[in-house]
Amino acid sequence: MTGRRPPLLLLIPAAGALALILVPLAGLLGHVPWTTLLTQITSNQVGSALLLSLECSLLAVAVALVLGVPLAWTLARTSFPGKALVRALVTLPMVLPPVVGGVALLLAFGAHGFAGQALAHLGITLPFTTAGAVVAETFVAMPFLIIAVEAGLRQADERYEEAAATLGAAPWMRFWRVTLPLIAPSLAAGAALTWARALGEFGATITFAGNLPGTTQTMPLAVYVALESDTDGAIALSLVLLVVSLGVLIGLRHRWLGATG
Amino acid sequence: MSWSRSTTSAAVVLGALGASACGSSSTSSSSPSTGSGSSATSTPDALNGGVTVLAAASLTEAFKDAKTKLEAAHSGLTLTYSFGGSQALVTQVQNGAPADVIATADTATMQKLVDGGLVAAPSTFVRNKLEMVVAPGNPKNVQGLADFARTDLKVILEDPSVPAGKYGRQALAAQGVTAKPVSLPLDVKSELLAVEQGNADVGIVYVTDVSSAGSAVSGVTVPDSQNIVAKYPIAVVEATKNHGAAQAFVDAVLHGAGQQALLARGFLAP
Repeated sequence: MTGRRPPLLLLIPAAGALALILVPLAGLLGHVPWTTLLTQITSNQVGSALLLSLECSLLAVAVALVLGVPLAWTLARTSFPGKALVRALVTLPMVLPPVVGGVALLLAFGAHGFAGQALAHLGITLPFTTAGAVVAETFVAMPFLIIAVEAGLRQADERYEEAAATLGAAPWMRFWRVTLPLIAPSLAAGAALTWARALGEFGATITFAGNLPGTTQTMPLAVYVALESDTDGAIALSLVLLVVSLGVLIGLRHRWLGATG
Repeated sequence: MSWSRSTTSAAVVLGALGASACGSSSTSSSSPSTGSGSSATSTPDALNGGVTVLAAASLTEAFKDAKTKLEAAHSGLTLTYSFGGSQALVTQVQNGAPADVIATADTATMQKLVDGGLVAAPSTFVRNKLEMVVAPGNPKNVQGLADFARTDLKVILEDPSVPAGKYGRQALAAQGVTAKPVSLPLDVKSELLAVEQGNADVGIVYVTDVSSAGSAVSGVTVPDSQNIVAKYPIAVVEATKNHGAAQAFVDAVLHGAGQQALLARGFLAP
């Protein structure tokens, strides 16, 4: 920071940017039914949406960890033709409109889709099921984990793994006992981001998994439906989601805010 | 310290922005100013300029037909539609959406706008009946509303907040049928899609939706004695910037080319 005063021409739009983020939050907080908040949150519909959201988003994180960490490792530690393309494809769900993801999932995993027909032989149905909601959330959120873990792997010192190899550790043992502990912070940050993204998923979920309380109506869907019939309930749910998001940010503050000093 | 002064000025701007954001209660309007109207006729054309219409999803095809007809007959007219569940449309008007006309699929949703003083007196412009929608050729052999209790069928019903969902439940309840839907979509078109794509076996939509879907689905008639007749109201939004054209559009839907387009799509005259 130099002693010079920052130019007003930058400060004014900067304040506008901040206002754009804060004004809607103020609008939400200004309408929170504080007196009936607890009743709203513990009501049946809200409560079931909350539980379902926790279930689906945590399962999505679990699936993302099991599938995403090996992919991140492959991207960071191996080289193969078309790797750049694979990496670009992995991040596609981050920029793809979620509703498009939902349509794509529906066309592939729906009753008439090729993957859906294959799964049907195994007795598995995804559209309009909780499993479908988990798939939709994983589709949208897993890239956050892969990117964070891959970055962590690239920064990790490979000499530890080499040392472990010299000492006779098998590849899987090296990955499990050396690599994973090394990248634990990236893993935790990636998982937290993935969880937050999964928790907030709307477009892919309502398109692919549908909207049924207790089965596929996660909190964002419940907010949208309640907005038309039960505004206070919608605001109470929104507040819960806001608090969770802030919690994730606070949990990751050292990783993000700490970097700026 | 320069920061404190800077942050103070930023806070002032922020406050101003915040105040303006809170204070502005939708003064914008999507209706462009009325165009010149290139028609050579001497009488002024009321159906002129931009008209934004919020309409129930079940009106999609008929209103698109009406747009083609009306825009061909009125060269200065630009119709813009937004289709969705009636309840969602009502919420949009309540929150100041810049619309000129709203048409819903039931009187209860429209009444909320009447009570709020947000629309002029509504008129019923068409009626519609319910029909069961199944896969082409009815492979699961759905015969009547009683089949909604079958456990081998994946049943789908709109959310109760949507008129079609409310009517469907009324019809089922009258027959003493309890259904366990696999999903509660928020408009009839989403429900139709679920049946079209085979992710649900049977749903309840409007007669007009089944005919609009063509060969993608089949319909199973609900007998008149068990059916529910939906009345569709239309009204001019009070906040319209183009009142003459909005009223002229409503008139065309009640009596003119709009009405013809609706009847051609299988709607019942009011």
